[in-house]
Amino acid sequence: MPKTLSALSARMDLLQSLSGLLLVLFIWAHMFFESSILLGEDAMYAVSRMFEGEPLFGKPYPLLVSAAGIAVFLLVAVHAVLALRKFPGSSRQYQLLNRHLGVIRHEDTTLWYVQVITGFCLFFLIPAHLYTVITQPENIGPYASADRVWSERFWIVYALLLLTVHVHAAIGVYRLVMKWYAPTGVQAGRTRARLKRGMWCILAFFILLGTASLLTYMRIGYQHADSAGERYRPASAPVGAR
Amino acid sequence: MNRIPVQEVRRSLQIRILRHNPHDPASKPCLQTFELEEAESMTLFIALNEIRQTMDPSLQFDFVCRAGICGSCGMIINGRPGLACRTLTRNLPECITLAPLPGFELIGDLSVNTGKWMRGMSERLETWVHQRDLDRADIDQLEERMEPDLAERIYELERCIECGCCIAACGTARMREDFVGAVGLNQIMRFRLDPRDERSDADFYALVGDESGVFGCMTLLGCEDYCPKDLPLAAQIAFLRRRMVATGA
Repeated sequence: MPKTLSALSARMDLLQSLSGLLLVLFIWAHMFFESSILLGEDAMYAVSRMFEGEPLFGKPYPLLVSAAGIAVFLLVAVHAVLALRKFPGSSRQYQLLNRHLGVIRHEDTTLWYVQVITGFCLFFLIPAHLYTVITQPENIGPYASADRVWSERFWIVYALLLLTVHVHAAIGVYRLVMKWYAPTGVQAGRTRARLKRGMWCILAFFILLGTASLLTYMRIGYQHADSAGERYRPASAPVGAR
Repeated sequence: MNRIPVQEVRRSLQIRILRHNPHDPASKPCLQTFELEEAESMTLFIALNEIRQTMDPSLQFDFVCRAGICGSCGMIINGRPGLACRTLTRNLPECITLAPLPGFELIGDLSVNTGKWMRGMSERLETWVHQRDLDRADIDQLEERMEPDLAERIYELERCIECGCCIAACGTARMREDFVGAVGLNQIMRFRLDPRDERSDADFYALVGDESGVFGCMTLLGCEDYCPKDLPLAAQIAFLRRRMVATGA
């Protein structure tokens, strides 16, 4: 009988997929909450207060947002470490891969390579975003966020993040299905084509949603630039609201 | 009256072949172009034979069955792996570039030693029926009956002709030489189905439960898309991955 292999490979493979799936579900939910600004400042204000636990504890605790940010950061770190195993590890491997991609022009291999590139970009973009979330959780609100986006020039980070994270996530979900539950039978090809079409539709939806909300934050930030630092105060809110 | 459609204007094909003889120290890889007139229902097998018979008898390439069964004529056809005997020239542009399958020892020109690679894989993954007391089996006795449905499922995977196209199409196999590829993982699935093989999932995990086996597969799906026998490789690998995770993790 052959040598005994450790369980580590199986666990790492499973954990890479699970952490990726959790992150995708998180980012999709995040997009809906973030785009509450499209419904107006009051809607976004209510969402930000909800995540600070106000409906539960009677008053907001921004530290809850910091805690969630740290949890997401740890999940990203686990996913990144596991995904790094699959990156080409030497100049020779990059050379072989690039030659292979250039010659074969295979769509799914290219999709994986796009994930490698976007994944690499996310190593830098995600910490930039999470750092502000973790260290300034109280600065999330209709005016506070819009000021950060416009007056602090964060729209550049968010625009890049929007594109890379959703490309990475949509391709990731399609590849996750193919990795664990690839369709079989006579309809396998058709099912796979549908999955891929679904991937493009989901990607287009979140890019549009994210662009619309980012533009809205930019517009509010631009209009509010002269009063940057001032917090949003809904008519019904007590003094100190943002 | 029924008529067999005949292509009126015949194209002039330009076939560019990557030539190299690794056993000749003076040989340097280069593309050589051959021109020939396309014939009705011409396959690359026919075209290459015509080139060898009428233009260059030193051209090296492999063929046995001419019917997509032996797996000898795998090559890179305009960048994609495929079988020359099953590729009609009419489905290709006038300029056709042929190269040997990467990932295998080059014998010369379009001929590669897939057999050596496949044997290495087979020995490593022990792709044969494992049964206790097999050496004492009475070969005059009829084998135990197998359900037709199960026999069909085994046959479906047994259709693999080990042509090497899945290895040439796989980005993982191109980067990592020790990766067993779809052909190896398919073999594991084939013997896992076989009731005559007494190995358990734990035994199979010991063979493919690492980065050179099923967990090295990055689901690039080149194997699935370029398998000339249309084997359900992605589904087989996904199933094997689930079984190996259930066994190992």
